[in-house]
Amino acid sequence: MIDPVLDRLRKTPEWLVLVVLGLVSLAAPFIMPGLVTQLAFLWLMVVFAQTWDVLGGQLGYNSFGNVIFFGIGCYATAVMQRDSGLPYFDALTLGLLLSALLALVAALVFGAALLGIRGHYFAIATLGLGIAAGELAAGWDYIGAGSGMSLPLFPGELGSRELFFYFVMLAIAAVCFLTLRWLYGTRFGLAMNAIRDDEDKAEAMGLHTTAIKTVAWAISAVFLGLAGGVAGNMLGFIDPRDVAFSGATFGVWMVLMAILGGKGTLWGPVIGAIVFHITKELFWTYLLGWQRVALGVLIVLIVLFFPQGIMGWLADRRRARAGGAA
Amino acid sequence: MTLLLDVRDVTKRYGGVVANDAVSLQVREGEIAGLIGPNGSGKTTLFGAITGAYPVDGGDVIFNGASISHLRVGPIVRQGLARTYQQTRIYGEMTCMENMQISSRASQGNVMSLLRLKARGAQTRAEDLLSFVGLHEKRFEYGGRLSFGQQKLLEFAMALMSEPKLLLLDEPTAGINPTLINGLIDRLQRANKELGVTLLVIEHNMRVIMNLAEHITCLAHGRVLASGTPDEVRNDPRVLDAYLGAQ
Repeated sequence: MIDPVLDRLRKTPEWLVLVVLGLVSLAAPFIMPGLVTQLAFLWLMVVFAQTWDVLGGQLGYNSFGNVIFFGIGCYATAVMQRDSGLPYFDALTLGLLLSALLALVAALVFGAALLGIRGHYFAIATLGLGIAAGELAAGWDYIGAGSGMSLPLFPGELGSRELFFYFVMLAIAAVCFLTLRWLYGTRFGLAMNAIRDDEDKAEAMGLHTTAIKTVAWAISAVFLGLAGGVAGNMLGFIDPRDVAFSGATFGVWMVLMAILGGKGTLWGPVIGAIVFHITKELFWTYLLGWQRVALGVLIVLIVLFFPQGIMGWLADRRRARAGGAA
Repeated sequence: MTLLLDVRDVTKRYGGVVANDAVSLQVREGEIAGLIGPNGSGKTTLFGAITGAYPVDGGDVIFNGASISHLRVGPIVRQGLARTYQQTRIYGEMTCMENMQISSRASQGNVMSLLRLKARGAQTRAEDLLSFVGLHEKRFEYGGRLSFGQQKLLEFAMALMSEPKLLLLDEPTAGINPTLINGLIDRLQRANKELGVTLLVIEHNMRVIMNLAEHITCLAHGRVLASGTPDEVRNDPRVLDAYLGAQ
């Protein structure tokens, strides 16, 4: 029953899907005005899943520390807004640029230090990185230490703040998607997959593996930094451990969403983020008090029944049907 | 003929075990050279030492007129010295075509050049080489789904895709269906003649190596035991002793 629908979707040209999705995204905050903030967070989740998948899916490096670039982005924009003395939008723009830049530099530095470590060791090292960053931020007075940072008030009328940041976050998610779509179509994309499949072989075939890994991490860091700068303003308050460097929520969710949708695919993380975010919001609405338990159960179910993710499940299903038809 | 590879007294130790003890061998440009020896005689270790997989403890490796013994794997392969592995190494989750495309010489460029290149570049050459090894109809199959023998052929084609000057092949016929071995010998010779790739081949199948190589070096216990034409090596009593045991 589901197969004819899937076939239909598969035959739809990608540009048409993108145009329809784009139009729906632009219209959504006007159709559902009560959900603007939740929808903006949806795009944040899409950025999380997509950027995690660059290393986790395409390169085979499971990072549990990507949240660090998000946190750097949160603080960089906030500090620029607090200290620059510029008009609101000037400070915000410069702050976002600073966020992207600092995230990029951080990725290059951490990349040089950590991307020589492989497999589980890399995962553990990045996990430590994320936790350490949260503790450092919580002890640094310049950025508010444990009491966090409040962001300046949005100068527009009531309700315009949510709408504004919705569109900024949408733009970041869209540019991120299109950048990765282009990236995966270049030889750089093949090189990432080659490193994922056999890094020693890739090196023995003359690929510049270290540079490729570092650049890939830097690309995801830039989008995470931008998203952080915007997310801080959407929330209005940055807590070092619960918002900026929140490994237990954002840090884990980005991994889950990519796995749920299908690691190593272009659309998988996008689909995974949408499904995950909607499910999570429903839990928070209808299972209040039990929402974290429900989320835990969902995580177990994802790993048990969708180890290949939605995209992998679809591919298996198509293969099985093709085999049955032959 | 000029020397393409000159291995001079290369020594490699693993703790107290001397895997290569002052090994010297030469490969002339354009030839097919053979490397034989009983199991554990240090053949694969020597390949690793030549291609920069680990530092050597002594001696020097001259490739194309320059010392490469201080270089690591990447810079060496980019100079045109490639190898294949005894246990095949291919990219399992990528199709044969993708395996080929990422193995091209252009893929060895820096990150900026990789970003400019379409993934589908060098298509014709990739298809030609897949046809050459008989895998053209498998070109959209994932590398990991091929049989061991087919993976060996794919790895050979990938090595050719990188346009090496010298290709080191580690047991190219091991695990390959006996009826395909003749076809493989033919392909190695054609790669040598038509594509101009100099070959250094580790081989256990004596029939294969005696027909293929113009010059053979035999290792035993990490030392060079004999070296010369196939006939000279075959009739050397020390080689017979090493393989069959002394009287």
